[in-house]
Amino acid sequence: MATPRLFVKGTVLGYKRTRTIQRPSSTLLQLEGVNVKEDTGFYLGKRVCYVYKVGRESRCIWGRITRAHGNSGVVRARFQHNLPPQSFGATVRVHLFPSSI
Amino acid sequence: MQFTPERVRRPLVSYKNNKTTNKTVLKNNLVPGSIVILLAGRYAGSRAVFLKQLESGLILVTGPHKVNGVPLRRVNQRYVIGTQTKIDVSKVDLSNVSEEWFKHSETVLPALAETQKTLDATLLAEIKKVETMTSYMKAKFSLKKGDRPHDMIF
Repeated sequence: MATPRLFVKGTVLGYKRTRTIQRPSSTLLQLEGVNVKEDTGFYLGKRVCYVYKVGRESRCIWGRITRAHGNSGVVRARFQHNLPPQSFGATVRVHLFPSSI
Repeated sequence: MQFTPERVRRPLVSYKNNKTTNKTVLKNNLVPGSIVILLAGRYAGSRAVFLKQLESGLILVTGPHKVNGVPLRRVNQRYVIGTQTKIDVSKVDLSNVSEEWFKHSETVLPALAETQKTLDATLLAEIKKVETMTSYMKAKFSLKKGDRPHDMIF
């Protein structure tokens, strides 16, 4: 087997926002397979990593999932540095640590 | 409130002896012999046997090394998933394993290697008692398309 995947894929939906104002300190993530608010409990506190490339080098912005957002499994996350707008629509890695099981 | 006309001398409160020992609480599903899945680091995805909790709060795990290459190692329990699978480790002797061994001391390496060998031998015997346990320990855990960790029972 190649390197095992130990993270859940998520998509960056955008910043937390109202209709006209956005709050970049918090981003919204859609996790694969998580479609209901009840399922988000497992992911709270899990560390998230936005991976991007600069030239040939891979870099990462780390964050954590803070809370659910709405009723359909979307989740809010805060990163060490706010995610750049380039990340909207990009994949984010939601790791399984810190694990409570 | 009573008004005291003179200043009363009282000894200064000393907080010197107020040390609280913040012992790390072991996750309740981790029992010596539990098979755990390592979630990060060099051996991410590998399964290992949980041996005991060390003084610092970190947990001691081993592959065993012979089975999947995971050596005697310290791991933070939050970077590990404890599965329901267990093997019997009552025959394993961990009396001479100390935290100092894992602090990159060159003089300790031979002792570590010795203990690794004897430990592995005992554990391997236990693992072979259970059908398919060896291949289970050799296999790496990985998420596949459609997998939902929040629905999984480990």
